[in-house]
Amino acid sequence: MLEIKNLHVSIEEKKIIKGLDLSINKGEVHALMGPNGSGKSTLSYVLSGKDKYEINDGTIDYNGKNLLELDVDERANEGLFLAFQYPMEIPGVQTSFFLKTAINSKRKYLGQSEMDALEFAKLMKSKAEELNISTEMLKRDLNVNYSGGEKKKQEILQMSMLSPKMAILDETDSGLDIDALRIVSEGVNKLRNSDNSFLVITHYQRLLNYIKPDFVHIIADGKIVKSGDYSLALELEEKGYEEISQTA
Amino acid sequence: MAATEQTIKQVNTLGNSDYKYGFSTDVDEIRPPKGLNEEIIKFISAQKDEPEWMLEWRLNAFKVFNKLPKPQWAKLNIPEIDYQDCYYYSIPKSLKDKPKSLDEIDPEILKTYEKLGIPLKEQKMLSGIAVDAVFDSVSVATTYKKQLSDLGIVFCSISEAVKTHPELVKKYLGSVIPVSDHSFAALNSAVFTDGSFIYIPEGVKCPVELSTYFRINAMNTGQFERTLIIADKDSYVSYLEGCTAPMRDENQLHAANVELVALDNAEIKYSTVQNWYPGDKEGKGGIYNFVTKRGACRGKNSKISWTQVETGSAITWKYPSCILQGDNSKGEFYSVAITNNMQQADTGTKMIHIGKNTSSKIISKGISAGKANNTYRGLVNILSKAKNARNFTQCDSLLIGNQCGAHTVPYIESSNSDSMVEHEATTSKINEDQLFYCQQRGLNSEDAVGLIVNGFCKEVLQHLPMEFAVEAQKLVAISLEGSVG
Ligand SMILES: Nc1ncnc2c1ncn2[C@@H]1O[C@H](COP(=O)(O)OP(=O)(O)OP(=O)(O)O)[C@@H](O)[C@H]1O
Ligand SMILES: [Mg+2]
Repeated sequence: MLEIKNLHVSIEEKKIIKGLDLSINKGEVHALMGPNGSGKSTLSYVLSGKDKYEINDGTIDYNGKNLLELDVDERANEGLFLAFQYPMEIPGVQTSFFLKTAINSKRKYLGQSEMDALEFAKLMKSKAEELNISTEMLKRDLNVNYSGGEKKKQEILQMSMLSPKMAILDETDSGLDIDALRIVSEGVNKLRNSDNSFLVITHYQRLLNYIKPDFVHIIADGKIVKSGDYSLALELEEKGYEEISQTA
Repeated sequence: MAATEQTIKQVNTLGNSDYKYGFSTDVDEIRPPKGLNEEIIKFISAQKDEPEWMLEWRLNAFKVFNKLPKPQWAKLNIPEIDYQDCYYYSIPKSLKDKPKSLDEIDPEILKTYEKLGIPLKEQKMLSGIAVDAVFDSVSVATTYKKQLSDLGIVFCSISEAVKTHPELVKKYLGSVIPVSDHSFAALNSAVFTDGSFIYIPEGVKCPVELSTYFRINAMNTGQFERTLIIADKDSYVSYLEGCTAPMRDENQLHAANVELVALDNAEIKYSTVQNWYPGDKEGKGGIYNFVTKRGACRGKNSKISWTQVETGSAITWKYPSCILQGDNSKGEFYSVAITNNMQQADTGTKMIHIGKNTSSKIISKGISAGKANNTYRGLVNILSKAKNARNFTQCDSLLIGNQCGAHTVPYIESSNSDSMVEHEATTSKINEDQLFYCQQRGLNSEDAVGLIVNGFCKEVLQHLPMEFAVEAQKLVAISLEGSVG
């Protein structure tokens, strides 16, 4: 699915990712943990193609394609999805309209006809219900005056409607209350299958109790310093980054 | 087919690049020689079989025009206009003897309107909208005439009204925009060719949207639109105009005068979707759109509301205004002005508060891309008798790229201490993070810009008649194509 080799990234001359390797296969869930400022969000932006980042070295292969050559929207329509750490507000654009536009952009890219209005309404309703999002909410402008947790849920709604192949969740758990955390995790688990993959960025082992990862990686200063299975998250919770990085 | 569907279909056929209405129609035209002089004015008047008083009115206006100084173009860069190098009248030969029915109209002309999405034939007419179609200097056809006249509503071309309703025309023509107002007002009064005339009788709420579709076809021809709308006591009308022109390398002039009069408790809603040819990317060609639009709220509790979506023209110069004479009268101005490439727009409004408890609201959204310049120029003038007058103004500008400009020039003059004036203005660049977010959801960069700009304009677009809101949204997106790269 995704194969990152020796990735070096800088922004405004500042080196942020310094030789990162990561390989994610179909059907796998990987967790990425690491201290503030270690480069987790930067990695998610580079994968989704945000500009201003300079790729100094390395390669990224995505399903046999050179990911770095694709535009942001091409990557998205090829099934790469980023649930943002800080979702954007778009004033004047109704959430439901945004969802419809996104879905139809993808269908257009894939050479399919637009989703019919009724089918769309049904899909949105059922997905929103699963995530406990009210229909009132979907009539409001996208993310405008949404609470922090509501924005995160909105990201997951978008994800489940677009059913991506490779989803990156950047601290989706931060800001969610206990119930919402469970609901969102169930949403993610429902989407999991043998064909798609997830990269879950988080600071808290609690999320990983709900979304069981196949692998856990620890990133520090732009490099993966340790990889393991779920037990690594538990160990990290106990010892903290400092000690873990030293034993690496 | 419902008008909305019709509109959507029409817009979908527009393809997705450059100006979609750029084709021209091959018809024989009757055209006097180029140039502006008394002979031409007499020619126009004679072509229209006008009564003597109308010709005199025109000739007088021409004298005034010759005495008036040319307008000072504040924020616009306009080449000297050579009035002698322009045709003032051009009509398809086939329309010379006014066709009595659509069957007598040149099929080429009917096809033109169909291509523009404005079918004129009875069986295909847009539902809920009566249309007056103006081709160069003459009105081609007006739909739904019978249904409207049953209600006593007069909806016809101004040329026709001069003959059929001279008393109304004499009373109101030039009563809102005096001939001597400025040089373009005088020029238009001297050589105006066609436009719409509407009279809504007392107590009648017009059940359909009335609409005029202006089309400039002939080369080197100025179009001098003249529209007059009168809403008698307790009446209501919603009117919409649309405009397109072929792509031509030379500039063409559209100088319109539009006058609205609302009597006691009457309401006029006037919407414009202006999409004249804007010129090419280097700024060659395009329409000079110099328009004087003014509404008089003469009666108490009357209301005039202007909504405009200005996406076309090389240069746009217009300030739809309200004169709030009647006590408790209301004026509103909702505007979206988009300039891309080399386009220039200087637009805004004037709200003149004269009566007591008058109120006005101004919402202006200016969007600039490419190397374009966009200016909001507004005046709120509260006279001493306008006790308790209220104004709220909000001007937001959005910049796409860093070679374009946005300017806000609000003037406020208040001679009444009871009045309250609020003004808010913002200027921002299109947010890169918002664009990235949309693209991450699969929208290409142009769709992303279109979506964000439509969101930015929503407060204005929602005031358009529903049937046209969809078209306007698409137009907003289309006119910004190529603005991000
Ligand atoms: N535009 C920028 N200019 C300069 N430095 C930047 C820029 N963007 C990010 N950085 C720096 O890059 C480093 C990595 O940031 P990043 O957002 O990837 O961290 P993170 O691992 O996601 O942290 P957190 O856990 O706090 O979300 C930080 O030191 C940050 O300050
Ligand atoms: Mg982060």
